[in-house]
Amino acid sequence: MTKLSELGAKPSIGPADIERFLRENRFPLVEGRTVTFVYVGSADEVKLRHWISGLPTSQPFQRFQGSPMWTLTLDIPEGSRVEYKLEIVRGGHPMLIQDPLNENLARDPYGANSVVFGEGYVQPDWAKPDGEARLGEIQEQKIESTAFGETRDVLVYVPARFRTTRRYPLLVVHDGPDYLKFASLRTVLDNLIHRLEVQPMVVALTGSPHRLVEYANDERHARFIVDELVPMMESRYPLLPQASARGLMGASFGGVASLSTAWRRPGVFGNLLLQSGSFVFTDIGPNDRGPVFDPVVRFMGEFRNRPGRPADQAYVSCGTYEGLIYYNRSIVPLLQSTGMQVKFTEARDGHNWENWRDRLREGLTTLFPGQLMMVYE
Amino acid sequence: MVHSRVVLLGPQRLQPTLSTAVASLGLRGKLAAVTAGWEERENEDQELSAHLQGRTVNLALYERADGVFRYDTELHKATRERQDRIRRSQELYRLRLAHLLEAARELKRRESRPGFEQLVEPQLEGAVQALRELDREHTQRIRAIHVEFELKWRPFERESVALQRRELDAILKDCSGLCIAGGHVGILLNRLRMFGILDLLRGQPIFAWSAGAMVLTERIVLFHDFPPQGSGDPEVLEAGLGAIEGVVALPHADRRLALGDATRVALFARRFAPARCFALPARARVDWKDGRWSGEPGTRELKVTGELAEVGA
Repeated sequence: MTKLSELGAKPSIGPADIERFLRENRFPLVEGRTVTFVYVGSADEVKLRHWISGLPTSQPFQRFQGSPMWTLTLDIPEGSRVEYKLEIVRGGHPMLIQDPLNENLARDPYGANSVVFGEGYVQPDWAKPDGEARLGEIQEQKIESTAFGETRDVLVYVPARFRTTRRYPLLVVHDGPDYLKFASLRTVLDNLIHRLEVQPMVVALTGSPHRLVEYANDERHARFIVDELVPMMESRYPLLPQASARGLMGASFGGVASLSTAWRRPGVFGNLLLQSGSFVFTDIGPNDRGPVFDPVVRFMGEFRNRPGRPADQAYVSCGTYEGLIYYNRSIVPLLQSTGMQVKFTEARDGHNWENWRDRLREGLTTLFPGQLMMVYE
Repeated sequence: MVHSRVVLLGPQRLQPTLSTAVASLGLRGKLAAVTAGWEERENEDQELSAHLQGRTVNLALYERADGVFRYDTELHKATRERQDRIRRSQELYRLRLAHLLEAARELKRRESRPGFEQLVEPQLEGAVQALRELDREHTQRIRAIHVEFELKWRPFERESVALQRRELDAILKDCSGLCIAGGHVGILLNRLRMFGILDLLRGQPIFAWSAGAMVLTERIVLFHDFPPQGSGDPEVLEAGLGAIEGVVALPHADRRLALGDATRVALFARRFAPARCFALPARARVDWKDGRWSGEPGTRELKVTGELAEVGA
């Protein structure tokens, strides 16, 4: 019996009972797989808005026994992370708000969502600042890009104890500033390098003012990365020259940009870290996701026909609550058929930055393993 | 060659105890320091030097080895080939090890199942023996690679190495002790071996921590129970310098080993017995004096029962 049903089973419920229920519990109320969302306030309708593929995106709350409390109970599997907002309808006007009873927020470039953690979910300690970890540095670089006909800014992560006498692997990250802001990438790198789990590496954090165009298999983007960014990085930082020491990483359209760049220029990057890639394809007819996906679908069609061998190994991850899960599952055997080593991970999470953060340790240690067993400081 | 006086300490970065250890032996004058495990950061020893009131003389073994390799390219090539062979042998050993360890762990898990109590032990003993035999075979194989290298290339007789050894001998003559820091255990071992540093000592005590402690043992065991990939199988790297006997050194054991997992602790201790497996977290200290071990209060060792016990006096 859940705590809500215990409350509901009382012969009579007064305001004091509801007050006590609210005071004595944290919300959403997680009891095993059963999660109860609660809203208290005047409203004509209350709905849960989430982005779990396969469920209706809007789920109605019920008023609790004529009280001002509204509730909704869902089955949420162990280890899940679910981001959501509440839709409050008053006088026919809907309004999306964060859950006033839940202090847990997940931020993204569009603002912040409330987030509920299923039983057993733990935010990884390696994604939180560690007082013992030596800190890397973020430097600013500019590139006069011929490909784009303008100057582009690039942030560069340089690991702690960086030395010009040593050579480092290079990881190029799409949507790099967002990875720093929303996926704690700097902290993750500091911690994993400090713990010897990944190699000390130089990371180029690139961005794009027109990512939905440039990341969708745009030839200019591949030219920018391979002919402009990599040479610039090699001229300013001591980098290992071989493909096995270079990687491309990105999420969503950034995953498409990573794969298409490697596909257009095979042999340059040995490693791909692809998170929730927007690898949409159709077997017949147009796609139903809008014109912005048209170049992606064309690319995926070409890639599926002629995959070549874009890199040596890839780490692919995707949330099971994303509609993209089917496309990501499909791409794994295709990549494997090229002779690439591929590791694929599914997580009970959605298309969001904290999902991508939580997979970074596995991805980075798969592609750039550190000298954990050999170094004892 | 077994040394008469060695002090093993816990990691020194955050809670240094080296100066106390040095003072406890009443040493005066200069102290030789080896920081070759830090590789290209070898000369960044200011904190160490300050901790010992500026008494250190860094032997700069990493830099000296670089100089030797630049001058003697033939030796450099041969050394790289030797290391490649060792790396490949390690890979093959690891393949066999994973299966043997999994079998031993599975047997250990069944120990407490009803009806299995009497049956598991002899099977487990067999599994542990197989592990020991594999470790022994691996150690011998790597030793044979080193012997072949020494006989063919005679590094101590080569001009560039001999020159460096004369310099090192002169430095060590004036030092009252040798301090060996941690870092990359393979690189540290190779640099100490390349210049035969322990043979140049005249009985001065050695203070060693982290990888420095590991290289002094008879057998170097690599370990980490929580790797991001794989099952974290402890593996033998190769024979160490053998300055101390009957011990496996486990720096950062509190972080790197699942010390609360009695199955893993018991199997680890049993596999490497009769050697004693010393946990060496920060502030730990064990002393080797005239062939006997004693530990500071609080310094513990892994026992075959799966527990941890004080090293004791």
